[in-house]
Amino acid sequence: MANAAHSHNGHDDAGHGSVKSYVIGFVLSVILTLIPFGLVMYPTLPKSITLLIVLAFAIIQVLVHLVYFLHLDRSAAQRNNVIAFVFAAIVIVLLVGLSLWIMFSIHTFMMAK
Amino acid sequence: MFGKLSWEAVPFHEPIVMVTIAMIALGGLALFAGITYFKKWTYLWTEWLTSVDHKKIGVMYIIVAMVMLLRGFADAIMMRTQLAMATEGSPGYLPPEHYDQIFTAHGVIMIIFMAMPFFTGLMNLAVPLQIGARDVAYPFLNSLSFWLLVSGVVLINLSLGVGEFAKTGWVAYPPLSGLQYSPGVGMDYYIWALQLSGLGTTLTGVNFLATVLKMRTPGMKLMDMPIFTWTCTWANVLIVASFPILTATLALLTLDRYMDFHIFTNELGGNPMMYVNLFWAWGHPEVYILILPAFGIFSEVISAFTGKKLFGHHSMIYASGAISILGFMVWLHHFFTMGSGASVNAFFGLATMLISIPTGVKLFNWLFTIYQGRLRFTSQVLWTLGFMVTFAIGGMTGVLLAIPGADFVLHNSLFVIAHFHNVIIGGAVFGYIAGFAFYFPKAFGFKLHEGWGKAAFWFWISGFFVAFMPLYALGFMGMTRRLNATTNPEWVPYLYVAMFGAVMIAVGIACQLIQLYVSVRDRKKPENMCEHGDPWNAHTLEWSTSSPPPFYNFAVLPKADCIDPFTEAKENGTAYQAPAKYEPIHMPNNTATGVVMGALLTVFGFAMIWHIWWLAIASLAGTVIYFVIHAARDDQGYMVPVDVIERIEAEQHKRLVAAGKVPATATRVETSLEQA
Amino acid sequence: MSNLVTNAGHTHVDGHGHDDHHHDSGEMTVFGFWLYLMTDCILFASIFAVYAVLVNNVAGGPSGHDIFELPYVLGETALLLFSSITYGFAMLAFFRGNKKQVLGWLGMTFLFGLGFIGMEINEFHLLISEGYGPSRSGFLSGFFTLVGTHGLHVTSGLIWMAIMMYQVQKNGLTATNKTRLSCLSLFWHFLDVVWICVFTVVYLMGTM
Repeated sequence: MANAAHSHNGHDDAGHGSVKSYVIGFVLSVILTLIPFGLVMYPTLPKSITLLIVLAFAIIQVLVHLVYFLHLDRSAAQRNNVIAFVFAAIVIVLLVGLSLWIMFSIHTFMMAK
Repeated sequence: MFGKLSWEAVPFHEPIVMVTIAMIALGGLALFAGITYFKKWTYLWTEWLTSVDHKKIGVMYIIVAMVMLLRGFADAIMMRTQLAMATEGSPGYLPPEHYDQIFTAHGVIMIIFMAMPFFTGLMNLAVPLQIGARDVAYPFLNSLSFWLLVSGVVLINLSLGVGEFAKTGWVAYPPLSGLQYSPGVGMDYYIWALQLSGLGTTLTGVNFLATVLKMRTPGMKLMDMPIFTWTCTWANVLIVASFPILTATLALLTLDRYMDFHIFTNELGGNPMMYVNLFWAWGHPEVYILILPAFGIFSEVISAFTGKKLFGHHSMIYASGAISILGFMVWLHHFFTMGSGASVNAFFGLATMLISIPTGVKLFNWLFTIYQGRLRFTSQVLWTLGFMVTFAIGGMTGVLLAIPGADFVLHNSLFVIAHFHNVIIGGAVFGYIAGFAFYFPKAFGFKLHEGWGKAAFWFWISGFFVAFMPLYALGFMGMTRRLNATTNPEWVPYLYVAMFGAVMIAVGIACQLIQLYVSVRDRKKPENMCEHGDPWNAHTLEWSTSSPPPFYNFAVLPKADCIDPFTEAKENGTAYQAPAKYEPIHMPNNTATGVVMGALLTVFGFAMIWHIWWLAIASLAGTVIYFVIHAARDDQGYMVPVDVIERIEAEQHKRLVAAGKVPATATRVETSLEQA
Repeated sequence: MSNLVTNAGHTHVDGHGHDDHHHDSGEMTVFGFWLYLMTDCILFASIFAVYAVLVNNVAGGPSGHDIFELPYVLGETALLLFSSITYGFAMLAFFRGNKKQVLGWLGMTFLFGLGFIGMEINEFHLLISEGYGPSRSGFLSGFFTLVGTHGLHVTSGLIWMAIMMYQVQKNGLTATNKTRLSCLSLFWHFLDVVWICVFTVVYLMGTM
């Protein structure tokens, strides 16, 4: 059985990151987690701004994980993976966005007192 | 010990059910005895049930689909008979609780267990061949997908004799489908049959997307893939995007029913409308999953039988893509009346109407392909022309229903029933039957009988119009769907006509069965044989190999650098060229893991339905353990030796010479065989 | 051709003319697994949508504000984040060919994951024993479903990881194990991504 070390397929070796990239991702994640937790546990900003920051940090942290842990990048080898992810993201935005629009519209028209 | 299961679950007191069960049991017994008598069990097990060959899996899918077509159609004709009898105070012959199960089963079976496996079967059969591949990306997964479907089929048919089926309609809206209003096992049969087969469908989608992205023959660009492959690919995109929603929705309903959650309940803060929303977020893409591959088949048929390149190959791909994306933004039109605001309804109404534009593009592409071509009026072409007329009408009633105001009048009426049968029968089913006749010779090496095929077409299409046009009228007259008896005398003539139409379709189906029998009987007649592989003088790679294709599909991976590579090769005289030397081919081994896991999961579903918890845990654990053992074996497949390939290819060469496809000059392969 | 077409196909067939067609099987398996993960994303998205619809339906019971303990959630988050980086180190050790380190990092990842699941079970247990189980309200049903689905995924990841540690121990750093650990790597990091959404949408927005 071929040992991993024998793998000459350049693509395999490109996509697995390094200690440095994992540590960068880790540190960024810690920062991006601590700030929103801190803002919610010790409220200092207006609620709407806190909400915006929390959501923005979540999206940024998802991207950080995608780049540093899941190794998505713009290389040709990753192209299909990136396309699949972007497509899934579009579907999720459509599904969640339209669902909530529908359900809250119904709520407004049918249940609001 | 056995949960809710007891002898009372078998409906001994219902003569209709018992006679049906007896007939199924007799048929099953005859089949069992026949296989035993002809000593075919080993053959069946090693060559079919454990096969990971996409062609055989495709054939098995289509067999399941046709059996389920008969079952679903039996339900249909029972409903039409009941409605023709139960007028003006007469109760008819079906009690309401039985009638309710029938219309639910009819919907579920026709969509999930007839149309889906039919499309999946045709895709399995043709797509890897069309892209010049030797199998799908994950052959074992393909087998597992099929057996998950069979699990669902087994469960839904078990519900006939053990317990009951859901009485909720195929959409199973809560709170009706919740524990409070459906305490019986019928809903649980529904949930687990759909859940298991849905998982299989998701895996199929993943499998075929990876196949077309990673397994195309050298030189084949994505935009050069044949149109059937492309429409299947869009359907698979929709599968991976929408089936997880179904999985989640059914799982949530399961939690409500099994663990007293309040997600879709009416009380304690549940929201049943969210079920409706999610169900259609899956359900609408689902109908495009059914229709897109049919569009692909019509395109293949039209271009093959006009002898022309398909008009607007690329626009067809983009149109399919537009339909797929738009198809994900229209689901609310199934519940305009649920109470969302005017802006929401307007958005979804407009998006729905927009879909008619790319669909129109396709229709014109087909017409322009026919224009100035030499159309051969084969049965496949008849189905296609019939589709173009019928589907246009169904599409127009669809645009009509997309107007929220009109929908408020027509919602839940027979107009809706007429509309979706119009597009699903006139679109998807006609397409699959055309595809069946088109690809049958590829799978078996002989053609279907044309006369009986054409007779089937004429009965089907005229039966369709006679059966469903009255339903449009009845919808306008105010008749709602899912009625088991009517009192309005004005409706009666229409119901009689509709019943007559159903009988005509029954004759059409009978013609198809006779066609199968006659074709198999006459398979050795020279005019029916086409083992050389190219009976229609068609354009794409699947026709360049023998019929049935060798298990490795292509001895040498074909070259493809244009849209119709086989036609180009035939014109250049490079078709059927044997290479100087064959190379060994790597193929996967058959495995029983798919069928064993399917069986264990069937037991799991059954145990969950009847609350036999120990059996559920045991069978689920068994499934996982069996899979882990399978994975640990790490089967690497095997190499097909060159002499086997040479022998198979030499036979094909003889057939090609006999058919006049290649000159009878001695080739390297033949000489080497003669020496041996 | 298939996930079974492995290096074996290449070693046996010298001068095979179609290597561009026969993609490396490991790569193909990982790609298919990625596609599967995308379907899992959409499954989670559906459940998130359900949670968002149900979140205000407390039916007289507690709201998120009443029951969530953010320091506790921060602890869970830390465990999962640590497990992500240790898994990354396990993969790096694999590419260096160091079997012992692979097993060590995987074991560490497993313990972090187990700790996460333990904390989650404890949280669920406390809620249920206070009478705030999923049957109490639509909100709690949605909460238990969403967080529980993530927890079930982590649990399957742990079972998978245990099997993989056994496989690595027994068979060493084979190509098959590399493929499978790469898939598990995607799965594990993906679960961390889902957890970011969970702690943001459920815990932070619920406490705000």
